[in-house]
Amino acid sequence: MSDITLTIDEQQLTVPAGTTVLQATRLMNDGPDLPVPTICYHPHLTANALCRICVVAVEGARVLVPACVARCTPGMVVHTDTERIRIGRKLILELLESAVDCGEAPEIQQMSDDYAAQPDRFGPGARRDIPLIDDNPMYIRDYEKCIMCWRCVQVCAEDAQYTFALTIGGRGFDSHIATFDDRPMPLTTCVFCGQCVGVCPTGALKPRREWLLEQGRTPDEIMALSRNERRRRRK
Amino acid sequence: MTNPSFATPDLTEITAIVAPFADGGRGALLPVLHAIHDRWRWCSPQAADVVSRVLGVPLADIHGVLDFYSMFYREAVGERIIRVCGDVPCALAGSDGVMQACSQQLGIAQGETTPDGAYTLERVSCLGLCHAAPAALVNLTPHGHVDATNLSALLANTPEALPAHIYSEARIKLANVGLIEPNDLAAYQQAGGLQPLQQARSMPPEAVVAEIKTAHLIGRGGAAFSTALKWELALRNPAPRYLIVNADESEPGAFKDRVLLENDPLLVLEGTLIACHALGVERAFIYVRGEYALAHARLAQGIAVLREGGHLAGVEIELRRGAGAYICGEETALLESIEGKRGFPRVRPPFPTDVGLWGRPTVINNVETLAAVPSILRDGGAHYAALGTSDSAGTKLFAVSGHVQRPGVYEVAFGVTLKQLIELAGGTTQGHTIRAVLTGGAAGRFVRGDQIDVALDFKALAAVGGTVGAGTLIVLDDTVDLRMVLERIAHFFADESCGKCFPCQLGTQRQLELLHRSGHGATQPNDRTILIELGQAMTDTSLCGLGQTAAMALLSALDHWPNVLHDGGQS
Repeated sequence: MSDITLTIDEQQLTVPAGTTVLQATRLMNDGPDLPVPTICYHPHLTANALCRICVVAVEGARVLVPACVARCTPGMVVHTDTERIRIGRKLILELLESAVDCGEAPEIQQMSDDYAAQPDRFGPGARRDIPLIDDNPMYIRDYEKCIMCWRCVQVCAEDAQYTFALTIGGRGFDSHIATFDDRPMPLTTCVFCGQCVGVCPTGALKPRREWLLEQGRTPDEIMALSRNERRRRRK
Repeated sequence: MTNPSFATPDLTEITAIVAPFADGGRGALLPVLHAIHDRWRWCSPQAADVVSRVLGVPLADIHGVLDFYSMFYREAVGERIIRVCGDVPCALAGSDGVMQACSQQLGIAQGETTPDGAYTLERVSCLGLCHAAPAALVNLTPHGHVDATNLSALLANTPEALPAHIYSEARIKLANVGLIEPNDLAAYQQAGGLQPLQQARSMPPEAVVAEIKTAHLIGRGGAAFSTALKWELALRNPAPRYLIVNADESEPGAFKDRVLLENDPLLVLEGTLIACHALGVERAFIYVRGEYALAHARLAQGIAVLREGGHLAGVEIELRRGAGAYICGEETALLESIEGKRGFPRVRPPFPTDVGLWGRPTVINNVETLAAVPSILRDGGAHYAALGTSDSAGTKLFAVSGHVQRPGVYEVAFGVTLKQLIELAGGTTQGHTIRAVLTGGAAGRFVRGDQIDVALDFKALAAVGGTVGAGTLIVLDDTVDLRMVLERIAHFFADESCGKCFPCQLGTQRQLELLHRSGHGATQPNDRTILIELGQAMTDTSLCGLGQTAAMALLSALDHWPNVLHDGGQS
């Protein structure tokens, strides 16, 4: 495999074959101000190009290209910050925040500031108002905060655990994370490995004890809850 | 509840139905779910559990698949599912009234089932019955010209024939229609059928590809890609290769593939077999949209007739049924669907000709494209190329609907003007003029009433802002408020967005909400700017062709009628 030379934002660089455009931009600049923002992308998971926030302009391409999956090709000329890209990114952020509670996703909030997103400008419209699910002792699922990045489904399946407890239900705006027959987590194949909680970027999945603390429950109350659960299990 | 559809399906019977699919693995998921729905109309958790164990597919994935396709159900549904089309051609003919009347008579709202389990009522996307608008399906039986004041035939599900008006001047793809019975092999051969196939099989595959190249055949599914080039791209890769016939026609206003499949299945199958020879394909698939029951049956019969006659020559043609998802007409979503998954489009590249079905090089061709192939072999590529215009070779099937006297399928050589075609269809509503023609379906563009002198070919139509697309033409007279049309189109995309990428999943919903406002005379001062930016963002950043074209009709309307959000296109 030979190296590939390309141009990103007027800067020429050489990368190993197989490098994605996103990786290349991070080779150029690994400081805190990454030139290309990402939301659904996770370095240890299969990139699916869902959020489209990482789109860049490749000269000669008809539409913008997601940097997370696009491979560098010889002579490629990439622009990471044009007017067209900024409009696309701004709209994606506005759409997200108009539908989903991003209150516990500081990275997304920061991006919204950077791109001057105004999620209110669509006026009244549908939101993802899904009731919180508290169905097991380990973690809660608050899908009002779910941006559908698929990371939880992916770690539960072939990207890590091969447990296959999660899937995607509905379609379009009604897409959501689901279990078989919408069953409570203990009645699924879930092994409570916690990897889904670990990769969730928006606080939609959260350890239950942390959530109880946030609810203002006292340590005594929380420990009493756990004791009751242990007692129930012994029976 | 006495209705059998509400009873718990019997485990022994479930097992017996699922067992024959045991060797099919995940790829058999949609077929087995269809078999279960054919029996119970829904898939109970018990049935899903059996499927999961027999096919080795995780239960959660079965849930995801059932939830994705609109013709699959996770809860019991009525004995008769009334599926009322809500898209543009049917809306023009009064489908809202039909829906209201059904709702009133059955005492249920859309999406509900009557307490006795007799009926379920649904508003569905275009059924490809636009020539008989307003249309509905009862289960899979088509009903046309539904009369809101008399629903007895609909509710009793009395079948009726719904022949489309068919006109063919060029008689290439519709040559046999009306002259010979579908699947009458002797008559088909009498009319010259199967000679092109024999001829092709006597030629080296490269020579067949060369003939298609000479014909300048362009794909007829809407993307207008060179057929010969697609074949060549696949041929660069080693066998096994697959061929898939895309019969998932679901664009609002589109019905030409259905008419072709129902009336001359052998022609499409012959084209398929020629392509198999050219591509060295031993296993081909035909993916027929789930709503097209008659087309599916005719194809099944056609394959049987050809097999009996010994004409398949070792090629296996497998029929697959879609299950209610427009997105599966997108070729990579179609691949996912055949593989037994939710119809999520794949990231491209890689392209299907390199990495397609089960990772193998795959050619996906539209029905009409393959129907052109036998005549190209018979008369030569040069003859075909001489038809039409220098820019657009050959003939095209146009599905004409909306405000014309004779809606139907018209085969004409490229270059005929839109006006001539509308005249062939009997002209528009008497005493009215044409406000607009929506070309290319929901993912299409408008042509204004004063532009219909334009020639129908790729370049000329694009020059006035239209598009050939898959050959869908919806004629709108001067009574039409274009805001209604735009809202219906937005509704269609919001319903049919797969939900994979953020801009389309969320943007189609916001687009619908803003156009709903406009349709109800409540446009806000900034709506035009927001819609344009949103449209640009969806076009630029969406993952597949659906999201990239979901705003196309709106943006085209705003070009033609800058004030359309306020006056519906009157100025």
